[in-house]
Amino acid sequence: MNKPILTMDGIGKRFAGVRALKDAHFDLMRGEIHALMGENGAGKSTLMKILTGIYARDEGSITFEGRPVTFKNPREAQEAGIVIVHQELNMINHLTVAQNVFIGREPMRGKQIDDGKMNRDAQVIFQKLGIRIDPKAVMGSLTVGRQQLCEIAKAISTEASVIVFDEPTAALTDSEIEDLFAILLDLRGRGIGIIYISHRMDEIKRITDRVTVMRDGAFVDTLMTADCTKDDIIRRMVGRVVYEDPKHRSEAPADAPAALSVRHLRAGSMVKDVSFDLRRGEILGLAGLMGAGRTETARAIFGADKLDGGEILVNSRPRRIRSPRDAAAAGIAYLSEDRQRYGLLLEKDIAANITLASLRKFAKGASLDKAEEGKEARRHIERLRIKTPSERQEVRKLSGGNQQKVVIGKWLTHDSRILIFDEPTRGIDVGAKAEIYTLMRELVRQGKSILMISSELTEIMRMSDRVAVMCEGRVTAEIPIEEATQEKIMHAATRREARSAS
Amino acid sequence: MMLKNNRLFHILGTQRLAAVVALGALYLFFCALGDNFAAYNTFVSILDSSYYIGFLAIGVTFVIITGGIDLSCGTVMVCCALISGTLYFKLGVPMWLCLLLCVAMGGLFGLCNGFMVAVMKLPAFIATLGTMMVTRGLGSIVTATASVTFPPRSAGDGWFRGIFKMMGDGLPGGGVPTGFLLLILLAVIMAFFLNRTRPGRYIMALGSNKEATRLSGVNVVKWEALAYVISGLFAGLAAVAYASIYSTVLPGTGNGFELDGIAGTVIGGTSLSGGVGSIAGTLIGVFIMSVLKTGLPFVGLQPHYQLFFTGFVLVAAVFADVLNRRRRGT
Repeated sequence: MNKPILTMDGIGKRFAGVRALKDAHFDLMRGEIHALMGENGAGKSTLMKILTGIYARDEGSITFEGRPVTFKNPREAQEAGIVIVHQELNMINHLTVAQNVFIGREPMRGKQIDDGKMNRDAQVIFQKLGIRIDPKAVMGSLTVGRQQLCEIAKAISTEASVIVFDEPTAALTDSEIEDLFAILLDLRGRGIGIIYISHRMDEIKRITDRVTVMRDGAFVDTLMTADCTKDDIIRRMVGRVVYEDPKHRSEAPADAPAALSVRHLRAGSMVKDVSFDLRRGEILGLAGLMGAGRTETARAIFGADKLDGGEILVNSRPRRIRSPRDAAAAGIAYLSEDRQRYGLLLEKDIAANITLASLRKFAKGASLDKAEEGKEARRHIERLRIKTPSERQEVRKLSGGNQQKVVIGKWLTHDSRILIFDEPTRGIDVGAKAEIYTLMRELVRQGKSILMISSELTEIMRMSDRVAVMCEGRVTAEIPIEEATQEKIMHAATRREARSAS
Repeated sequence: MMLKNNRLFHILGTQRLAAVVALGALYLFFCALGDNFAAYNTFVSILDSSYYIGFLAIGVTFVIITGGIDLSCGTVMVCCALISGTLYFKLGVPMWLCLLLCVAMGGLFGLCNGFMVAVMKLPAFIATLGTMMVTRGLGSIVTATASVTFPPRSAGDGWFRGIFKMMGDGLPGGGVPTGFLLLILLAVIMAFFLNRTRPGRYIMALGSNKEATRLSGVNVVKWEALAYVISGLFAGLAAVAYASIYSTVLPGTGNGFELDGIAGTVIGGTSLSGGVGSIAGTLIGVFIMSVLKTGLPFVGLQPHYQLFFTGFVLVAAVFADVLNRRRRGT
């Protein structure tokens, strides 16, 4: 191969004191498809956001087409020829396809937008890509897969020399994936460098030339795809962690009764038929790919979203749960993965957050007993080892791990018996992660029950006493931890409806 | 940064501290430049012009803390005054009952706003804009567009005017501003309610993050609606104050008062994005506007300059808040 078109070296980045990237490295040739792999939180997205000017790097250098560069914003990166096709679609639904593709750089005729030229130009791009989409169609009327293709068309139309694809196939059907691959190979043939982020191993093997693996924000290795096996890649992705500390035996009491039972739950379009039991003193891991309906299941159990059908039993008694209030009263707590949005009052102090779900306990007549509130907060700060100068510290000033502990403290104050953790360690640095794990183990030992949603297989393998796997709104497997392997879980997570029915 | 260690700074917060300083500076400014500004009578008239705006502002502070807005409080105030005046003159309802009904009606309009916003999930701006128009029209309909003149002090049923200003033998010429004391008393009670009771905490919490509050098992619909009811009740109270300070209430008026109330609240450091605010700040904001209103004629400027300058104060106060937030990185 020739000289790299792009080299990123020694990239480091911190967020609010948490190290997201440390000495990250990546290089890309012209006409290459280069996979960037790593678990959730390995730093892939952060690295790409630094490349495209969304974040500023703290250290390291980027060389593009032989010159050192620093992009201050995505526009600068785009003008230089680096674009990113985001995982989440950034399309404006009520504009047409062509308007979306050319947004911000519409062809003009005098002072007027030249709609005719815009539509023709879009048509040309689609033809080049070999896809049939009407440029005049309204974006919102297209399927997610076709919107994604528009996103790619937009990237190509900027004459980019480097295109980053962030999990482009996550929302696509099989035939759409084939279309996408054909396009990628065509782009490669035209000398464009492609950075391809994906979790799907078979895709990586099929279309990439090289693979760079990241772990915990750092560069691990770059491999020639043709010369390595899936296991080589996985081993580098998971590092020692999975082999160091997976759970070999269930630590939950074998004869424990069910604390929470869910029967044929239906909710919205994502939860089609979910049944499982969560036993007292158990951590039940809920595994699955993104979009499997796990978070939606949790929200339905917690009463955050409307339930369309099914039954929820707490301690074997049916409970009507129509709001988070009902759920909290039934002893159920939900700890969202997006803590800042769904879990915390950021500009309020720790004490106010910890007592929010159980304020009644702190009422003395009409007024709130602030002394008692402070005492309770200090108790949790000590017990959960929250790092803070005082209980009056505003929550937004805490690190991710400490914020998570505040949310845990909130539900412990409420004395919830059933805790639903949604991605308990997302956005939390390695040290605090271990503390959260220790805490979760302590909680189940005290007889609480935990339903743990996690997309990290290492986390599932490390924490669960039992694993339930979801795919497309259904539970496709329940595996005791003794029998659980990553392969088994992944197999169940990709078991689609048609196949599971047969 | 040096200010950080200042205790006063901590107690009041930057913006409120700035507001207190601004209030003091303004007062001293007018005292220095205007003849007789420092006189007792002038002081009383500053207070006189702040009661009803003060009540409106205290009420609307609760709504703004939830992240909402109440555009209807000014017209609700005038509407309540008109209806209760009509009850008194046309139906002979006793004055004490009229005044109670006046406050209750305010609460009822607030409940309507609360229902539309919290239950029907209408944008607060639109819901209360609707109520504003309805109440403005309703006042004219009920009175058949005639103005209402509440009984004067000398009449037997004029006793209620004494609630807000005591006058008589042996009292200073400008009277004793009991309304001011009442305003302070209610402000203290409401500050306690906001900071030290469960409903107050919930209102603050849902303004800070409504979804997180809901997901903590809090009945956000109830508490959000309560904020509007409080705003309505205080508009009703403001109506009583308004009726006792001014001799005549005109139908079709009331527009603009809500903006005075909102401006006072915001100058006092309550954030329009919700979750942050205080009653003390609101009072300071209201007094700043009153000092401007009363003081400007003393330095030879017409009262309409009040609006002109209040606008600058408002923007400066909010900009200070924006700068402050930016510095803290939120």
